[in-house]
Amino acid sequence: MEKFQTLTSTYVPLPIENVDTDQIIPARFLKATTREGFGDNLFADWRYEKSGEPKADFVLNDPTYSGEILVAGKNFGSGSSREHAAWAIAGYGFKVVVSSFFADIFRNNALNNGLLPIVVSETFLTALFNSVQANPKATLTVNLEEQTIRNNENGKTESFEINPYKKECLLKGLDDIDFLLSNKDKIIAYEQNRAFVY
Amino acid sequence: MKTLFDKIWDAHVVATVKDGPTQLYIDRHLCHEVTSPQAFAGLRKRGLQVFRPQQTTLTADHNIPTMGQDRPIRDEISRFQVDTLARNARDFGLTYYGLGNPKNGIVHVVGPENGYTQPGMTIVCGDSHTSTHGAFGAIAFGIGTSEVEMVLASQCILQTRPKTMRIHFEGKLNDGVFAKDVALYTISQLTTGGATGYFVEYTGEAIRALSMEARMTLCNLSIEMGARGGLIAPDETTFAYLKGREFAPKGDRWEKALAYWKTLKTDEGATFDKEIIFDASSIKPMITYGTNPGMGIPIDGSIPELEDVDDAGKISFEKSLNYMGFKPGEKLEGKPIDYIFLGSCTNGRIEDFRLFAEYVKGKKKADHVIAWLVPGSWQVRKQIEEEGLDKILQEAGFELRQPGCSACLAMNDDKIPAGKYAVSTSNRNFQGRQGPGARTILAGPLVAAAAAVAGKISQPEIQLAN
Ligand code: SF4
Repeated sequence: MEKFQTLTSTYVPLPIENVDTDQIIPARFLKATTREGFGDNLFADWRYEKSGEPKADFVLNDPTYSGEILVAGKNFGSGSSREHAAWAIAGYGFKVVVSSFFADIFRNNALNNGLLPIVVSETFLTALFNSVQANPKATLTVNLEEQTIRNNENGKTESFEINPYKKECLLKGLDDIDFLLSNKDKIIAYEQNRAFVY
Repeated sequence: MKTLFDKIWDAHVVATVKDGPTQLYIDRHLCHEVTSPQAFAGLRKRGLQVFRPQQTTLTADHNIPTMGQDRPIRDEISRFQVDTLARNARDFGLTYYGLGNPKNGIVHVVGPENGYTQPGMTIVCGDSHTSTHGAFGAIAFGIGTSEVEMVLASQCILQTRPKTMRIHFEGKLNDGVFAKDVALYTISQLTTGGATGYFVEYTGEAIRALSMEARMTLCNLSIEMGARGGLIAPDETTFAYLKGREFAPKGDRWEKALAYWKTLKTDEGATFDKEIIFDASSIKPMITYGTNPGMGIPIDGSIPELEDVDDAGKISFEKSLNYMGFKPGEKLEGKPIDYIFLGSCTNGRIEDFRLFAEYVKGKKKADHVIAWLVPGSWQVRKQIEEEGLDKILQEAGFELRQPGCSACLAMNDDKIPAGKYAVSTSNRNFQGRQGPGARTILAGPLVAAAAAVAGKISQPEIQLAN
């Protein structure tokens, strides 16, 4: 996994509430056997016509907006536990998702895949939508070490919460598997010393 | 003083991450074709091998057809998923029970019947009904694909410790009441979210009296009330079941294992985060009327009236009844049905087929009913044949299919058509679970047998041997 320290980027606004995992990645794409390629089907039903043509009015198809940060309405990622939703967002190229509320499982899945979910206040979120509407080149700065997010248009900063273990993983570019592998000596010691061996 | 759950959990802690989750050691890992491919792809990308290949076993079950398994799978995507599983088994040197293997079957049937599942173990699988294995007094739970990759790579998983709950059943079950009824009753009392965040231990005289297979049925359904898993302390029933099975310890190792397994029980005075008590003798044969497993009633009961449903639930209650084509306050008894499905990791074992066969013996399947009888594994099917149950079933107008998940989730061709009613011994009655528009009524094998014979929902007349 790539290390995450600070990121300054333009952002893509998605001012819709309750975006669920079926909208993020429709169920018909779940039969795939790799993690790759889900980015192409991110928000598939909003993004493409039945014919496969991109829908001009959907934000991902609008060249006005771009960036590595997705800013979405309240309660993002509810629905099924499918990890494919996080794969799709990360696969598309986003590194951060900002919202005022995330579904629990989505938040975990995102963190497991190097995607940083940031919870901000309603006021901060509304200001973000306003800023980018006024200036599509508006930027956001995320500082993980300090746990802050700054709206560079209006100069306002908020701090955000993150589990210390997960923070460490992201800062060092380690995911859970790297972490577990770095603990291999402990695993082997456990195997040798356990009370009952199967 | 510790609960059974605490004892097993504590014995598997490799490390505790500061301000983070526990690193838990996993004894047994099971995989199927749907949730594992990305995990293997992840290993390849990182250039990793499977850390402890002898502790992972693979089986194909979700996508496979239940007729003509000797021919290639027709659905291209299903075939590709199954082929990918076979390739992963080969590339990573893992045991694989593929199509045509005498041990092939549903992952949660295969593990126990081969003695692969044992007391005191931690067992995971990328599948929510992994809770089934808790019947042996193991901590068994479903995991996501990233976690499957974690286990393959390190034989460990990062988990936050769940809370504990005891569900105690006082007294005995009545004749004609089985584990499925106990489970549907419990979920109807607790609701589908009632045990979210908990690991459940089932205790009491009624539980002790259950056979191993019945315990599996009960633990299997723990997930349907939101629990992370369910478990039952191992006892003589457990040990007798395991003895002599292929992967069970032998000789000296058996004696050692037995001594350890006997310590696996909740200490007197240990406390749970939550305790619930039910009267076993008040449980009747159960059936569901709605679109989640918590919407269950006794078979002779009535669907609740709208005013008995709390305000928050009214809209979904009405939606659910609309989908099912039922009305509030109605009785289900006497309603005609179109299909019955006997099978799945909930009720696809030999005892389920014995019970079904015993009931239909000398009777005839109703002409209009289509019956899918799908053994949980090839070993179950073989035993059905050895015991001559297939003949009894045949004489009563039933045909046996080949093993697999089948209509439980309808990923293969076994789909209940839209609008049709199916009495199913599986575990989920969600909208569209058994096929788009399918209407699922969950019940145990005996109630399914009675419905198949009567062609409608009806009380089984019990005159069974036991
Ligand atoms: S039988 Fe049904 S519940 Fe069990 S593993 Fe298969 S699909 Fe899942």
